[in-house]
Amino acid sequence: MPRYTPPEQSKVGQIFDIAVVVVAIFVALWLPLKLGLAGAAKSIDALDTKTWDSLGQNATMASIWEKLGYTPETAHDVIRNHFHYIIDWPTLIIMAVVLIGYFVFLFRASDREYREVINEKFEDK
Amino acid sequence: MTAAVETGKTTTIHGDRVSLLRVLGPAHVWALGVGIVLVGEFTGWNFSADKGGALAALIVCWIVGLLYTSVAMIDSEVTSTVAAAGGQYAQAKHIVGPLMAFNVALFLVFAYTMLEVSDAILLGDTIVAKAGVEGLTHNSFIAATIVVLAWLNYRGVLMTLNVNFVITAIAYVSIVILFFSVSPWTQGAVLKLNELVTPGNALPYGWIGVIAAFQFGIWYYLGIEGTTQAAEEVRSPARSLPYGTMAGMITLLIAAAMTWYVCASMMPWEYLGITYYPLWDAGKLSGSPLLEELLFVATLLSALASANGCINDAARAWFSLGRDRYLPSWFSAVHPKYRTPYRSILFLLPIALAFAFIADLNQAITFSILSGVLQYTFMSINIMMFRKKWPLGTIRRGYTHPFHPLPAIVLFCLCVVTFFAIFLGFGSQLIAMTIFYFLISLWFHFYRYKFVRRGDQFTMPWPKPQGY
Repeated sequence: MPRYTPPEQSKVGQIFDIAVVVVAIFVALWLPLKLGLAGAAKSIDALDTKTWDSLGQNATMASIWEKLGYTPETAHDVIRNHFHYIIDWPTLIIMAVVLIGYFVFLFRASDREYREVINEKFEDK
Repeated sequence: MTAAVETGKTTTIHGDRVSLLRVLGPAHVWALGVGIVLVGEFTGWNFSADKGGALAALIVCWIVGLLYTSVAMIDSEVTSTVAAAGGQYAQAKHIVGPLMAFNVALFLVFAYTMLEVSDAILLGDTIVAKAGVEGLTHNSFIAATIVVLAWLNYRGVLMTLNVNFVITAIAYVSIVILFFSVSPWTQGAVLKLNELVTPGNALPYGWIGVIAAFQFGIWYYLGIEGTTQAAEEVRSPARSLPYGTMAGMITLLIAAAMTWYVCASMMPWEYLGITYYPLWDAGKLSGSPLLEELLFVATLLSALASANGCINDAARAWFSLGRDRYLPSWFSAVHPKYRTPYRSILFLLPIALAFAFIADLNQAITFSILSGVLQYTFMSINIMMFRKKWPLGTIRRGYTHPFHPLPAIVLFCLCVVTFFAIFLGFGSQLIAMTIFYFLISLWFHFYRYKFVRRGDQFTMPWPKPQGY
């Protein structure tokens, strides 16, 4: 099997490739932020009466909140800010398909490339 | 002006071949691993209390500790055998194939760069909180942190990791001092665990909250696998890497347990889950001004050590991509005087700066975790392939991890649980990032790979893998 000789890449080509990677990185990381897709669903379950007791805080907890500079009114939005875990099945299935598809492609395509590497490396052995 | 030419393994300057310097020992490996990770005790892990309550944070501390023990065991075996810069990248290249290696290097670069961003944001926010000056923003502190640490990395790996060893040790000792200062053997005086973590609030969201907490439980230990990036710069990889990595993991398990116990015993879980400075807050609540100041300084030092190690690791992964022509070989240059991958360090600098200004701490941490978990998934499959292609006895291993394939199976299962945990909070981001990796993989496989020399990628003196 003849050894593979890669083409020489021009400087312009190298700069273009770097640009492609940088743009892709920024799009992947920045776009979810820009579209507001990042972050979990959390919302405040408001109470009308804001006392340490109604907020479910015992005397020890209340004293620590006060040491930290909170009152029942200011602590209300922290204590009552809850996650609402709802399993969105279509999104979960999409996520699973995307992840599994990605890894399957990765291993299969890698194996094809790996066989070329091994064949060339061990061609005389 | 120095004329530098990059070749496969080294940079040639006026006819002399220049490579990375082998100057590091086990203590540096420990400093690199623990230095990157220890910041997780000072911030980040506590968001798992927000996700599932204080008890959930403890449960994930142990279970994720198991995940990382598996990572450390697997990594120690493979890296003590594949000792090359790039760590898991070099492993993937020799065991799975070029496309996987390309992806793993990107996982590494993303995980470490976003971790560096998180560290810089934490450092800036901590200084601003301490100063308490109206109108003072964290921007200048973030920029100064990233630029100064990049300069330090540019100047040499030995100095970089010596600095890391000292500041990591100080930060670690501060946790130990805090732990013993609050009389951990006595409940009711300073620590009030029974009154703060009650049967009614221990798991406020039930078991779904425990699973959700995995997302930030990763933060207790994220980055310990970065020890492998130093593979080409340690004097004895077969000894130093397993020793430094396992010692680092033991150190971190102890620190994580102490941190949870003190913090959960000193503040309500609702506050613990949202604060950016749980250990500094514990110092404040102890009533000792000395402890408060110590934990403030330690928070800054842990952030500095982590960012420092991250720049080191991300640059080496990027450098390795250039050296194998997976990316333009321009990145593979080694500095003629300082023997560092200086172009990679400089290239990643503006990317880190940009994200430090557009992402907040929570999001930057999640970006880093996402790439980390993708990488751990790869590692669980990688070790299976490694043992299959080169069974025990066919090549010399620096270290052989016990109980194979149990650690790999545990690691894989815990990665699946963590993906589900990420889905509960950041599912859209996970999909977006995976699509990115998929598209960039297509670009590599169908276009970029044509510039890569085939046989030259396999550099280990091993026999042909079984089945090929």
